[in-house]
This record gives sequence, structure tokens and C-alpha cells, in this order.
Amino acid sequence: MLLTAPACLAALIALLPLGYLVIVAARADPAVLLAQVVRPRSLMLLASSVGLAATVTAVSVVLGVGAAWLIERTTLRGRRIWAVLAALPLAIPSYVAAFSWIALLPDITGFTGAVVVLSLSCFPYVYLPTAAALRRLDPAMEETSRSLGIGPYATFWRVTLPQLRPAVAAGALLVSLYTLSDFGAVSILRYDTFTRVIFTSFNASFDRTPAVVLSGMLVLVTAVIVLAEARTRGRARYARLGSGAARLVARISMKRKTLPAYGALGLLGAASLGVPLVSMGYWLSVGRSGEFDLPQIVEAVGGSLLLAGGGAVFTMLLALPVGLLAARHTGRLPGLLERATYLGHAVPAIVVALSLVFFTVRYAFDFYLSVPLVVFAYAVLFLPLAVGAVRASAAQSPPVFEEVARSLGRAPRQVLRTITLPLAAPGIAAGTALVFLAAMKELTATLVLHPTGMDTLAIRLWSETSTRSYAAAAPYAALLMLVSVIPTYLLGRDRRRTGDDLPEATQGHPATVEPSGQAQARDTPWLGSSTYQSSLHAEAVHR
Amino acid sequence: MRSVFGSGTRRFTATRGVVSGAVLLAALSACGESGAGADGAGGDGGNDAQACTAGEVSYGEVDEEVAAAEVDEEALVVYSGRSEDLVAPLLDQFTEETGIELSVRYGNTAAMTAQLLEEGDQSPADFFLSQDAGALGALANAGCLATLTEETLAQVAQTYRAPDDTWVALTGRARVIAVNPDLVAEADRPTSIDDVLDERWSGQVGIAPTNASFQSFITAIRVLEGEDAARQFLDGLVTNDVQTYEGNGDVLAAVDSGEIAMGLINHYYLYELAAEAGRESIVAENVFLDDGGAGSLINISGAGVVSGTDRGEDAQALLDFMLSETAQNYFAETTYEYPMIEGVDPPAGLPTLEELDAPDLDLSDLDSLGETLELINEAGLT
Repeated sequence: MLLTAPACLAALIALLPLGYLVIVAARADPAVLLAQVVRPRSLMLLASSVGLAATVTAVSVVLGVGAAWLIERTTLRGRRIWAVLAALPLAIPSYVAAFSWIALLPDITGFTGAVVVLSLSCFPYVYLPTAAALRRLDPAMEETSRSLGIGPYATFWRVTLPQLRPAVAAGALLVSLYTLSDFGAVSILRYDTFTRVIFTSFNASFDRTPAVVLSGMLVLVTAVIVLAEARTRGRARYARLGSGAARLVARISMKRKTLPAYGALGLLGAASLGVPLVSMGYWLSVGRSGEFDLPQIVEAVGGSLLLAGGGAVFTMLLALPVGLLAARHTGRLPGLLERATYLGHAVPAIVVALSLVFFTVRYAFDFYLSVPLVVFAYAVLFLPLAVGAVRASAAQSPPVFEEVARSLGRAPRQVLRTITLPLAAPGIAAGTALVFLAAMKELTATLVLHPTGMDTLAIRLWSETSTRSYAAAAPYAALLMLVSVIPTYLLGRDRRRTGDDLPEATQGHPATVEPSGQAQARDTPWLGSSTYQSSLHAEAVHR
Repeated sequence: MRSVFGSGTRRFTATRGVVSGAVLLAALSACGESGAGADGAGGDGGNDAQACTAGEVSYGEVDEEVAAAEVDEEALVVYSGRSEDLVAPLLDQFTEETGIELSVRYGNTAAMTAQLLEEGDQSPADFFLSQDAGALGALANAGCLATLTEETLAQVAQTYRAPDDTWVALTGRARVIAVNPDLVAEADRPTSIDDVLDERWSGQVGIAPTNASFQSFITAIRVLEGEDAARQFLDGLVTNDVQTYEGNGDVLAAVDSGEIAMGLINHYYLYELAAEAGRESIVAENVFLDDGGAGSLINISGAGVVSGTDRGEDAQALLDFMLSETAQNYFAETTYEYPMIEGVDPPAGLPTLEELDAPDLDLSDLDSLGETLELINEAGLT
């Protein structure tokens, strides 16, 4: 029960926008609502949104898994640099990427453009968990497969990939939800999705009814996707069993394919990072509006750090109980709570923002247009990023440590503090970083809810581009990326050490569990980079 | 496997799950009910909702309750749908002259309108600056704008203010066809909007269909010539392989670069682009239509006083400042928009409002964008 109450609270917060949708829908004429739902256009939007989400997800999985395999499993040089570069697209807002691409190739609009831009922005969501999982895999199973005469590629398909399934699926889920709720890229590239039409509908008529109907349909689509992902997880367990430490993986030499492999990674980097950077440089060089207003820039950086930092910490606090419950319990409620947190992620930010206006104005006016309100909005929007990271991390540490601690007389609260949390630390840090990055880029809800007079980098960027002062906008876009580089660098960085200094704890002595667990948590705070985690191989043993 | 969380139970039982789920749902629905209850003034949602309690603003009198909830009690709160770069210098000057402190929120006109409608009577806003007439009309319909004084209204021509006296235009924006002279010979320049439907411009005409200004333009056709004419025009655009863009600025950039030959936009975008890229490097030119049809529509940016304000007098002062010669000249010189008061000249080099022969049209009729959007959707343009 220690975690259930806070987890329920988190789910409730995530479901606030849905409550708003219900309230607005309940006030509208049912006939009007129904007419909206069955309009051919609504159904077309359903097809176009789902089609885009499916394609972007598929492309992101190919890019993410491919990059992860090349970086983690081959002898290509410059692994550390590649690892950071592959995570960096997370720091680039999709609207900036879309702007850059359309400046470079004016014809890249519609479906193709949306797939290109969104896939290049989103693939790190797949790359990061997959690379982390690859690092943690015990090579024993693959070696066994090879020793039984299975070729390297067949081994990858039949042994490695199935073990990566939960990591890939979790990333794919985030990609599909991001695609469904993205407005910036699809609007610049002129491809109609639910989210774009919801915005347009607000623009045109200030009438909430069509927007609410479309949002409701979007939530249903999301629910289906979330359930589908949960099914891929199944009841497999992914923590390593048995004693002893896993060995390091023998990397595959690419031999004659070395050059093409470098080429592929280079191309991915150029497309996802090079294009936006070049275009920003171009803005700076051609524009005349560029005045370097230092105090304003400093203020915007401060605002961004405060809001995104607060949002990241608060979101993680809410996500912890949900993620830990979901990792440790197989019952209906933890699963339900976890999935509830995902629904807010697909609701367009404008709807989330208006729902918070609605509730705050009525029940918490003191918080209206305040920093806490924006922080709260970030939690509603980005909870899944944090929940996913915590759950994945906690699920990979074997429950035996907690059981031993309990059997030695520790109270649940103490076990949580001394065992569970330290073991989940890499996930906690990674989730916080992911939320921070997403919050830095967030514009729509920030614009509606920020304290009057406060500036953030994203708001300044919007303000300058809305008057087409691209040169003045460029420093803000550049700073937005620069500030985001630090957490991204930490996310992508490979903190693994050699096999020699694996902690004693993995030798299976209960007495040493607690101290070394803590020490490791301090040492290796990032997703999947912990030596502790790397010794626990993921073993898909169905119970 | 034993759990540390569930006091020894390995799984949550079904009963427990159901009970907790029910609690969750009950909590939510309780929120919902009280939400609906607290919003007594709320209507049925949508355009006709009475989000605000309309009525006379108590000029000078301070409503204690509202004042207590003000975001910044000292300052007059302005919601601006117009960009900071543009209006901030003007607002600073207002504060300098009057000593009235302002707290300004910048945002997108539509999102801010939705926000104000959602805030209703509780809105911290005292003053609303809008990019277009449609947003002001929607706010007025919901009772969120206060009736303005006679003196203020008298300064602006009847055509450019609300029929119910809730808002006035601050600037005028002429609809134009931007052309690229390299692609459109002098003799071939369009003289009416129907010219863009000519086969020879197939794939050569750009629009920004999701933009409020294009929607107002189509609404004008609808109001002036009827629904069928508007539908025919839209279908004609589609048949002629019209190119769609996100904003007017993007349309103009495409015209300027020669990607397309002409684009349906507002007149001032040319000057915006010139300011950024340099006048001499721009080839695109504006063609003003003066046939009294929808093609010579003058749209507006405007302002109103929020009905829930406790600072009626100060808000009124700001509105009067916006209609002063200083401010009107500023708009004409900075954004090349048409001034709304007599005695201030239109931007240099532009035809006067009279010469443009704007269609005889009640601008507040342009708030029926919903129907227009339907037409645009049907034509498959969004």
C-alpha cells in the first residue's frame, strides 16, 4: 500500500484532461457530437493519423535498433561519440527540424516529409532503451546459439531480438504517442492529423466541440496502442537469474561492411542533426533582425531551466510509485494505473492546457498562471517518459534482493529506500532527463499557462519566428539545443566499465546487497549504463 | 516472488483492483459534477456559450473579490494576440505617458481567445488585443467584452467596429495577391480573384488555408456572394492545383523565390519580409484588387475591454491610447497597416482605404468561420 496511494494520485492527475473532455462533451448536444464522430472527415483523420504513427514508429524502430546494434555490438570506432550523437536529436524541437527540412527541400511536405522529420526526431526514443538493453544482455545465450551452429544473423533474429522486445516496444510506444500528439512538424509540413485539425478547429471557430470530439477519438486510438504494447510485454521476466556475473560481449567486426556501416551512421547523424544546424547557421547569416539581447537571453534560459527542471523533478516524483508498482506487481491495478499515465501523452497540448485552465480557474485560482501550474502541466504531458524509464529499470533488477531484505526484518519503507530506489536509480535519472528534454521543447501548453512576463527559450523562439525574424530566433534555437545537450549527453553516454570491477553484490551475498547497491547507484546513474545492471542479463523466461 | 509493497501479497486481488478503480472514477466524476456546478454561467459549449457575465463595467470602482485574485494587483493585464516585437514598444510608451503599469501576456490569438473563454468571469485579463475580427466577435458573443464608451467608438468608422459596441479596429489589413514579376507579366496581373483560377496558373497559386486571414477571405465570399460561390471558388482552386502553405509568410516566401507565381495574402507581409531580408532583395510585389469584391476585403486587428475587469478606466485609457495619433502612426510606419482614425495617413506608397473600395460588409459577420472551415474542409484544402 506504500506506493498505491501516490500511484493513484499520479494516474488521477494524468487523467485530468480526460475529465475535461467528458465535462465539455456532456454539455454539448449529443446529436452534434455524434455527427462529428461519424463525419467522413473524422474517419479520414483516423486513417491518416494512425497511418503516420505506424510508419514513423516502424522507421524509428529500424533506425533506433540499427544504430544501437552498430554502436553496441560492432567494432566500429568512436563508439562513445556515436552514442551521444544518436541521442542528440532529442534536443531538437520537431518544429525546428521541420523548418530546416522544408527550407532545404521545399517539396518535402505531406506524408513523406512528416515521416522523415518525425522519424529523425523520434528514433532516439527507440535507440536509448535498445542500446541500454543490448549492453545489459548476457552474451551466454547468443554464444550458446552460435555454438549450436546458428549463424550470426539468425542468432540476432532468433535470440537477441526477442530479448530486446520489451525495450524496443517501450520506445516504439513513445514514438507513436509523440507522433499522434505532435503539432509543430505536421503543421509546418502540412499533413493532417487529429492534432493539427484540433488546432485548426480552435483557430477557426473558437468552438470546443469539434476539438473535444477529435480529442476523444485520439484518446481511444492511444488506449488501443497502449494496450497493444502491454501485450508485447506479456508475462516474461527480464531479470537475470542465477549467480555469477555476465561477461562482456565479443564485438563483431564488420570487415568489408565497415565503410557502409560508418556511412549509415554518418548519414543518420547528418540528417537528424546536420540539417537543423546548417539551417540555423543560414538564418544567422542572412537575417537582419539579429540583435544580441543578452539580458533577455539570460532570462529565457533561466525560465526554461526553472520550468523544465521543476517539471522533470515533479514528474519523476509522480512517476516513481507508478513505475515501481508496475515493475513489481502483475495485478490489474498497477497495470491500469500505468496505462492511465500514458493517455495524457497523446492528448494535444492545447487541450491539456485548456483543461488545466478550466480546473485551475475553478478550484485553485491561487495557482493560475504560476510556475507550479506549468510544472503540473509537464507532469500530465510527460509522465509516460518517466514511468517507462523507472519501470524498465526496476524490472531488470531481480526481486530477490528485496525479498532477502524483507526476510532479514527490514520494514517495507526501509526496503524501498535502501534497495528498490537505489536499484532503480539509472532509470530514475534517465526518466528525469527525458522529461527535462521534452519540457524544454514544449511550447503550446507553456504559452497558455506560463506566468505572465516570464520567458523561456521556446517562447522566445516562437515569438521571433512568428514575425519571421529568423536571425533573432536563431540564438534561441541554438541555446535550446545547447542546454539540452548536457542531459542528452548523459543519456547517451556509455558508462560501462570493464568486467573486473563488478560489484560484490552480484556474487549473490545478501549481506552485501545494501551498501554496494547504494554505491552503484551513486556511481552509475544513467539508463542502462550501470555495471550493476549489466551483470543481470535479461532472460525471457515465461512463468 | 514476494513483494515488498503489498504486505506479503504477491498480486493485487481482483476485488482490490476494482475497488481502487471505482474510487478513482468516483473522484473524477465528483470533479466533473462540481465543475459543471461551479460554472453556473457556462452554456452549452461552443460558440453560443455564455462564458462571461456580460454587463456594464464599473469604471473606477474596484471589486474587492476580483482584485484579490488578480495575477498582479498593480498592473493592468493585457492579453495580446499581436506579437511582442510589434506592440511592446507602444505599450512601454503608454506606461511612460500615463504611469499605468501593464502586465502583458503574448500568445496566439486563437489560443488566447480559447483561454479567455475558458477563464470566463475569473479571467485576470483586463484588455484584449486581437489579430482578427473573428476572435473579437467570438469573445463578444460569449459576453466577455464590455461595452465601450461613445467617444471611443466615434473615432472609428462604423465599418470597422462591432455592431454591439464591444470592440473597435486598431488597424486595417488589405487582402492582396502577391505576384512574382518574373513569372507574371505586367499585362497578366490578376484584376479579380477569379483570375487565379485561370488554367495557366495551374500549380502556380499559393494559399494558407489554415490561416485566419484566408478563412476570413472565404467567409467574405460566402457572405457577399453566397455559399455556392464560395464552394465554387474553393473547388476552382483545388482543380487548379493550388499550393497550400502554413502561413501567409510562407506563401509570400514561395512567391518571392519563384516557387509559385502568385499567392493570396495580406498586404503587410511584403514589408515584414523586406524588413528581414532587405528591401532590395525582394522581387515579389503586391497587387491590390479594387473591384469591391471579396478580393478587396479589408480585415482588421482590434481590441476590446474584458467585461470582468476591475480596471475599466485604465483599460479605456489604453484603448484611447491605441487610437491616438502616436499609436496609429506607429502602426502605419512599423507594420504598414492602415490606420483607423482620421488625420493619420496610410503607409507611404499604398492606395488609401477609399481607393481600395472595400466590399460593403459587416466585419462581425466574419465570425461565422465555422461554416467556412466546413467548406474549406469539404474542398479538401486543410
